[in-house]
Amino acid sequence: MNTPHPNHSTPSRLKKWVRKNGTGLLFISPWLIGFLCFTIGPFFSSIYLSFNAYDLIHPPKWVGGANYSTLLHDDPLFWSSLGITVKYAIVSVPLGIVAGVGLALLLNTKVKGQTIFRTIFYLPSIVPAVANAVVFSWILNPEIGLVNGILRLFGVEGPAWLSDTKWALWSLIFMSVWSVGGSMVIYLAGLQDIPVHLYEAATLDGASAYQRLRKVTLPLLTPVIFFNLVMGIIGSFQYFTEAFVMTKGGPEGSTSFYALYLFQRAWQYLDMGYACAMAWLVFVIVMAITGIVFQSQKRWVHFGH
Amino acid sequence: MTKVQRLLIYLVLVVLSIPALLPLTWMVSTSLKSDKQVFATEGKAAPTVSIKSLVPSPVQWKNYPSAMRTVPFQTYLRNTVLLCLITVFGVVLSSAIVAYGFARCQFVGKSIFFVAMISTMAVPPQVTMVPIFALFKALGWYGTYLPLTVPSFFGAPFYIFLLTQFFRKLPDDMSEAARLDGSNEWGIFTKVILPLSRPALATCAIFQFMGTWNDFLGPLLYLNNPSSYTVAYGLQQFLSKNGGQWTLLMAGATVFTLPMIVLFFFAQKTFIQGIATTGAKS
Repeated sequence: MNTPHPNHSTPSRLKKWVRKNGTGLLFISPWLIGFLCFTIGPFFSSIYLSFNAYDLIHPPKWVGGANYSTLLHDDPLFWSSLGITVKYAIVSVPLGIVAGVGLALLLNTKVKGQTIFRTIFYLPSIVPAVANAVVFSWILNPEIGLVNGILRLFGVEGPAWLSDTKWALWSLIFMSVWSVGGSMVIYLAGLQDIPVHLYEAATLDGASAYQRLRKVTLPLLTPVIFFNLVMGIIGSFQYFTEAFVMTKGGPEGSTSFYALYLFQRAWQYLDMGYACAMAWLVFVIVMAITGIVFQSQKRWVHFGH
Repeated sequence: MTKVQRLLIYLVLVVLSIPALLPLTWMVSTSLKSDKQVFATEGKAAPTVSIKSLVPSPVQWKNYPSAMRTVPFQTYLRNTVLLCLITVFGVVLSSAIVAYGFARCQFVGKSIFFVAMISTMAVPPQVTMVPIFALFKALGWYGTYLPLTVPSFFGAPFYIFLLTQFFRKLPDDMSEAARLDGSNEWGIFTKVILPLSRPALATCAIFQFMGTWNDFLGPLLYLNNPSSYTVAYGLQQFLSKNGGQWTLLMAGATVFTLPMIVLFFFAQKTFIQGIATTGAKS
């Protein structure tokens, strides 16, 4: 009858804990395991590797801050790839925002066939990156490509685009306009969320169409513009596939984007530790830029309507 | 808005549609041209573009079978579809399970875990790329599909986030009723929540399908045998080895692009809503 339970309290507390938390933890366990193996583990080993010389074959060899000091002081390719990436971001991100917002505003006017036009402008952005790169390599062919053929109609002899050091980067920026459809759809959804009564009130106050755009539409669209700005900046630092397929960084390194140079350091020269240091530097840079953009949002992003 | 303004906007939209569709049109039209037509103007002074040069004549369907013969596109297609199916299955199932935990269960550290999960989306893939590669190589997975498929079974933060938001909005009463009937959490998840969540699950499935279909870096890093290439990788290899064979390259690019366009037309609503919610409402 009086079987003693010396450890009564501990197992029952454990049991209670398991009953309270077990199910939930079990449900999130796939992510938790993946998080440890594919995110946190690699995250910290990447920091460690960035202070090592590592070629995948031999064990990592500690070199202290050598990778970082080489990057900052002795690697002109690092600086030029950073410059190219920043230049791409500075031109293509605002260009994408203007084009995306512009198209969304046009579509939001409730013209006939709105859905058809939306499909037309969205379609180019679902073309796979590699297919797009192959198609644009052909379109930009200097001799018999489409773009120079069209330019000749106007008596202009176009440049050699992808094989011209002055034009290769601009070709890729030009090409980026065709993928604006995705953000256009986001802007359109943002526009359709703006309550009609705000426009009615503005019209009653005698606001012109331009004033309604400046004072109602654009301010209320700023959160979506902000989202696309941040995503655009992050995306520029990961810009890889098109450059790899179309130019491999050439001619003469004029399209050597940061992510591409990192890839080449890692997989062509097997400088894995160096590549990790590059990844960490860009992570810090992107965090800093994003931080500045987030700081700036108080001044121009309009929340809550 | 006046009639004139309306007409003007309409006109602008029509004019802008031309450059928007031109690359796709040019891709398909080149894929059906003979080499003779494509290179007819080569070497001649100032070849210009005309409507005639946009229309293939004669229409040469055999570019498609020849493209398929020049590179094993059928194998690439089969490989890509296989990878798409596995990753879609893995990521939707695992993300839904995890999202149910976050949306409907209570446990210690839930909000910390959730924030940690969201923040991992901000880590650029380059940061973890080298150690993950080293890990898979050490496991002997290099050259197999395992590095491209296994990670999808551990959920993806973006889909987990989308599904968590969706599950939270579902009414509680059906889950409660099932609980009173003696159903456990797993039963509620599979019998109540999943059937109600088809639209959200479809959004995730479509995004993942597109992601795997378009993925270039993954196959570039991990596949070393041409018989296991995907279309994205195979097409890039085709360009770098047979550059200049534009008719065949465009046939390949068309075969690669067409499934995405078909998918888009079948699931247009899911697409547009999915994209709109990611940006406008997050």
